[in-house]
Amino acid sequence: MKLLVGVKRVIDYAVKIRVRPDNLGVVTENVKMSMNPFDEIAVEECVRLKEKGVAKEVVAVTIGPKPSSEILRTALAMGADRAIHVEVADGSTVEPLAVAKVLRALVAKEQPSAVLLGKQAIDDDANQTAQILAGLLRWPQAAFASKIAVAQDKASADIVREIDGGLETVSVKLPAVMSVDLRLNEPRYVTLPNLMKARKKALETVTPDSLGVDITPRLEILRVEEPAKRIGGRKVESVDDLVHKLKNEAKVI
Amino acid sequence: SRVLVFVEHDGKNILPATLSAISAASQLSSDVTLLVASGGAGAVVDAASKVKGATRVLFANDGAFEHNVAENLANLIARVHATFGFSHILASASALGKSVLPRVAASMEVQPISEITAIKDESTFVRPIYAGNAVATVRSKDPVKVVTVRSTAFDKAVIGNDANASIEPAPTAQNEPADLGLTKWISAELSKSERPELGSARVIVSGGRALGSGENFKILEALADKLGGAVGASRAAVDAGYVSNDLQIGQTGKVVAPELYVAVGISGAIQHLAGMKDSKTIVAINKDPEAPIFQVADYGLVADLFAAIPELTKRI
Repeated sequence: MKLLVGVKRVIDYAVKIRVRPDNLGVVTENVKMSMNPFDEIAVEECVRLKEKGVAKEVVAVTIGPKPSSEILRTALAMGADRAIHVEVADGSTVEPLAVAKVLRALVAKEQPSAVLLGKQAIDDDANQTAQILAGLLRWPQAAFASKIAVAQDKASADIVREIDGGLETVSVKLPAVMSVDLRLNEPRYVTLPNLMKARKKALETVTPDSLGVDITPRLEILRVEEPAKRIGGRKVESVDDLVHKLKNEAKVI
Repeated sequence: SRVLVFVEHDGKNILPATLSAISAASQLSSDVTLLVASGGAGAVVDAASKVKGATRVLFANDGAFEHNVAENLANLIARVHATFGFSHILASASALGKSVLPRVAASMEVQPISEITAIKDESTFVRPIYAGNAVATVRSKDPVKVVTVRSTAFDKAVIGNDANASIEPAPTAQNEPADLGLTKWISAELSKSERPELGSARVIVSGGRALGSGENFKILEALADKLGGAVGASRAAVDAGYVSNDLQIGQTGKVVAPELYVAVGISGAIQHLAGMKDSKTIVAINKDPEAPIFQVADYGLVADLFAAIPELTKRI
């Protein structure tokens, strides 16, 4: 079976983000960019399914400006077989609905048995793309997967999902869309030799236009601002002092 | 405008997060329809009809809805929308709401808006991005707004004594089964606890990696029980296997805003702060005086948690 895995280039999770002076976005110039951590988990899972002999081919996809191809190289170094870069102009916003439409077009071309995506990107925190894609394709969806077991006949997969009250297990018919959660696996580190090898793997570049997809945003960003600052930092001397302040000052106990 | 709210329930009660979504709906319109889908929960329909601000309750009773299978629920919501033509479709930003609503949006090709924290007007919403390190105000150009609501940002709608909404059966499908057969629910492993839900607890005592083991969480449980509170955890503690995933608080876990949040042995990564920094009073107990959690704490105590927590439990 073939797996399609979506990856997004985002500001690295360790970077302290800054709001742009024009209040229409955050500063991205000279900021470290990385693969969305949830997408790393999706790539890792695909590669493991390939190593176990369940999957034959892993195709990584990203949608973004020119430098996004870097994270496709990372995905290839992790073990993806080939990559597709859906290139958009620098600075363009591609919303989850548009991403899902692009992926739908690629699904039509590639005919994968499953699409794996991170459950959310740590920039817009939308948590939508996998569910929208599944809806557009009318495929089963398994959001927030923390365990994926493909059946022997590859007609279905049992998925453990992280839900509010704990865990649930569902069986989805394949093809299906899965969004992966934190505890599915621990992604491998990319080694230099693998990064070198990845340079030889095929990386195809297409555009939304060539796929017949209109990516015009539906949401207009009116303003981006810093959240209200929380004033903290006061220390107490002892447990007694703490109890006293919680009782008499904060009045919460 | 005319608003639909998808009701999340446990078979007996409407979940508190849905009551927050209903409050948000009331800010948008005086015409609020609640959709209750279940495998046979009459009590919830009764409660729904008594929620202040609701004008109509639609009830879909079918085995296909018993285990909250997202595909079946999304299909139901899309069908209800096709009949009534809503301007907004809302649900709480819970695991279920986040599973179902984007799929509903796909069926009408609109861009959903996740986890709103405020409503500016019927097209304009405020939502956190980058783990709450920035706040975006966005205006939707779509004809239908599909929105999930962060429960900590809206008061809970009140359930009154008398019914003020009509109860009607939800429209049924003519040419397809309610169960689309795409996903089959097999089992659930739900955490059982006598303590309050994280989403509605007045007090939360949360532990991090410094707890060292699941066994050591017992000292937090003792404190939580004394305060009538819930127990939460950082991602590090969940990843280490000390406690189950449903206790995780943060950007990718649950977002909470209790009256009192006690962070114990939690360093305070931005991803954790994203889930708790709107709490009314924050206490941090950590032996590292440089831990970033102290920067957001109203009261910081630099101490060894294994000494401080039992003492704190004894003193209150």
